[in-house]
Amino acid sequence: MSWFLRNYDQVAVALGQHVVIALTALAIAFVIALPVGVVAARRERVYAVAIAVSGFLYTIPTLAFLALLIPLVGLGRTNVIIAMVAFSLVALIRNVAAGIRGVPADVVDAARGMGMSDSQRLLRVELPLAAPVVVAGLRVAAVTVISVTVVGAYVNAGGLGTLIFNGIAGDHAAKIWSGAITACALAIGVDTALAFVERQLARAQRA
Amino acid sequence: MLIEAWRYLLAHPAQFAVALGVHVTLSAAALAIGAAIAIPVGLYAARRPGVAFAAVNAANVGRTLPSLAVLALVMPLLGTGFAPSLFALSLLALPPILLNTVAGIRGIDPDIIDAARGMGMTPRGVLGKIEWPLALPVIFAGLRTAAIQVVSGAVLAAFIGGGGLGDFITAGIAMMAIPQLLVGAIPVTLLALGADFGFGVLQQRLTPRGMR
Repeated sequence: MSWFLRNYDQVAVALGQHVVIALTALAIAFVIALPVGVVAARRERVYAVAIAVSGFLYTIPTLAFLALLIPLVGLGRTNVIIAMVAFSLVALIRNVAAGIRGVPADVVDAARGMGMSDSQRLLRVELPLAAPVVVAGLRVAAVTVISVTVVGAYVNAGGLGTLIFNGIAGDHAAKIWSGAITACALAIGVDTALAFVERQLARAQRA
Repeated sequence: MLIEAWRYLLAHPAQFAVALGVHVTLSAAALAIGAAIAIPVGLYAARRPGVAFAAVNAANVGRTLPSLAVLALVMPLLGTGFAPSLFALSLLALPPILLNTVAGIRGIDPDIIDAARGMGMTPRGVLGKIEWPLALPVIFAGLRTAAIQVVSGAVLAAFIGGGGLGDFITAGIAMMAIPQLLVGAIPVTLLALGADFGFGVLQQRLTPRGMR
């Protein structure tokens, strides 16, 4: 505890790096998953392929994935961000597609009847109604990405894992605790916050 | 590169066999311990709303914890090696199994339970002959998630001296020896995919015929 208090700036820097890496990956993954999910919601075959491929990527063990990327992109942040994007695709695609498919058929009909074009219908009706389910996917993806970032420190990406690895190497328990507990707190905090957003969105729709 | 990895493997067969053995043992044992705790707790909690609320919330928090953070937290307490790794991995296996056991039991149509009770089945009979078989596919889905997580987590066990295939990866990264790194990374990926596939097949087999 006293180490943590004396070195909180070091922890804060690591936390900052952690958040930046995780957010970057999440943003890239979302940009890829959104169009794929929209198309997959309408075409069964695209859905099957997208889920099979992204599910396959998700199954690969984190450290193995990072290791397999080393011959291709070397060490560093690019490596970790590619891995994180790959890991978070399945949750995002599945939930975007599920959210759009969950929009009641009569609502879609009504939108068509009002003369909305396909893109208007998507942007003004389907995506807003799918939002709570999409946020649920974002929540799973965010937790995954935070978890992968911890391991990413091993391939020199920075973040809270750095404290853990330095702590293990130097047999410095306080460093390990600081890194690991902060990482856990970050994951729980983000999960709770997004769960709150998810509930608020769902409630707003019911009202 | 793959050929070099294959040569490395052929040059170190004993070392590879030991690492693979440790990896599989560690994963299987952690999954078994996780299941032995989470399934009974889940069955107990499912029909008691208060207990279920606490258990589901605890499991939801547990599920969000980064695997490496859990392994790292165990190390200052229990030290390094196989046993601390097994302890940490068993913890990681608990949430998905617990959540799916509770969801599996709760997802059963209450009319079915009523009908079974009306036929004069004892609570134990209802659990054994109705609830358990109907919930089994969902419980297996949880075991499948847990298995993948444990196989992945066991790679990270190399950091706290747990052995396994992660040793090749960490040594390979440390020395930038790509063949060695691949000898760890490829088999462990196959192991995870195999576990996913195997549990997927089991899950389908265990689904009662009427539900398929």
